[in-house]
Amino acid sequence: MNSTQTTPKVTEEKIKKYLNQGKRFDGRKPEEFREIIIETGVSKNAEGSARVKIGKTDVLVGVKMDVATPYADSSNKGNISVGAELLPTSSPRVENGPPKFNSIEIARVVDRGIRESKFIDLEKLCIKEGEKVWNVYIDIYSLNDDGNVLDAAGIGAIAALKTARMPKYNEETGKVLFGEWTNEKVPLSKNMPLSITFYKIGDKIIVDPTLEEEDIIEARVTLGLTKEGVSSMQKGEKESLTIEELNGILDLSENLFSEVFKKIEKYLK
Amino acid sequence: MTTIKRPDGRKFDELRKIEAKVGIIPNADGSAMFSFGDTIAIAAVYGPKKMHPQHMQNPEKGTLRCTYNMLSFSVTERARPGQNRRSQEIGKVTEWALSPIVLIDKYPNNVVDVHINIIQANASTRCAGINAAAMALAHAGIPMKGMVSSVSIGKLDKQLVVDLCKKEEDWEEGEGATDIPITFTNEGEITHMQLDGKITQKQLKEAIELGRKACKEIYEIQKKALKDAVDEEK
Repeated sequence: MNSTQTTPKVTEEKIKKYLNQGKRFDGRKPEEFREIIIETGVSKNAEGSARVKIGKTDVLVGVKMDVATPYADSSNKGNISVGAELLPTSSPRVENGPPKFNSIEIARVVDRGIRESKFIDLEKLCIKEGEKVWNVYIDIYSLNDDGNVLDAAGIGAIAALKTARMPKYNEETGKVLFGEWTNEKVPLSKNMPLSITFYKIGDKIIVDPTLEEEDIIEARVTLGLTKEGVSSMQKGEKESLTIEELNGILDLSENLFSEVFKKIEKYLK
Repeated sequence: MTTIKRPDGRKFDELRKIEAKVGIIPNADGSAMFSFGDTIAIAAVYGPKKMHPQHMQNPEKGTLRCTYNMLSFSVTERARPGQNRRSQEIGKVTEWALSPIVLIDKYPNNVVDVHINIIQANASTRCAGINAAAMALAHAGIPMKGMVSSVSIGKLDKQLVVDLCKKEEDWEEGEGATDIPITFTNEGEITHMQLDGKITQKQLKEAIELGRKACKEIYEIQKKALKDAVDEEK
């Protein structure tokens, strides 16, 4: 990372000074998200796709499927595979080359949010036990990074899954007819997971940082939330959190879940 | 000669519906979207910036570097993410297609990065990518001698057509399909050309003329999109 591209020290001090007064540069409250816009069906050859904008952050997610043999320990279940790539397109900081750790972490966190909430009914994706099951690939690409790609990726994944149709499959040949779809949706449960990340700057907790804010965070916690509670978690970055801070995050999480849910609901009908 | 019908009912010299827009990636120094029907390409330009690692710096002139990336879900059968031999070659021919018009000499030790992503694919993706890249470079304010415009010319059986779609690329009747992506400067010089298939020298000359004509149309659309963006800023 080029040192001239990170948030300068003076800006950092200003951000902290503002936060101490409960304010942010763009006028938001610490626990307030930017506007969220979702567009679905953005890539016709995908089984399902979505483009999510949170402020200026722009993420594209697509779902593709194929048929494979199941894993030995889940012979009657389909598989999920989540991939993420922070594209060099999205920021001057990303270099060409294989995905770096932050891309891998986004994929892992989104994967667990979906897997642990049991949002996809994997048993219904079994074609023949022990022999043939559906593979669901969820691929995430950042187009413009202005902070909080992590939460945008999670929202994109559920939006793409919500609109995904099952491809046609020829049982005799055991082959998928790529580019042809049935009217059947991918089997999903009502337990829709939302991942919301809480970021720590100084002793303050904020959500949905801009890139400028994300640059100076000291710790973060991503909660994979459903209406029933927490189904996955990831604490990231170098600094510690106090028990009180974590309790505060958990207290905020229920309200935030319904607030973010409200913001995206209208796009997912 | 039996006449053929194009699957989407187009005339032989008719392009698919084109959409072109600049300024779609806020972080980039320049960016553009270009689509031929269902083929959608976006390009982002970063630079000029110091070339890293240092040993790759050229003290005499700047470097233009293009990458072409097909999103995994842009095609009907999922493509493995990341670079492969095909994408590396397309990145390189895109660089060559753009080089003659980009005045990069003024930026010694620097690099201008052009990142092309195919969001949705229905043939002619490299042409859409080149068109988007040229617009993004202009949008970034990189000094340029002119524009380049790119199109694929096809031969379906014996018939020449403009702007191949996927169904035409897979044409099997008669002599099958020949695919000729070609790129012109607005002055009419050829900066990129490839060919897969079989065609006589005589008909290839006709194909080049057909490509030239189509690229003039594309050039006007690129110019308009850039002009619209300037007008918007006013």
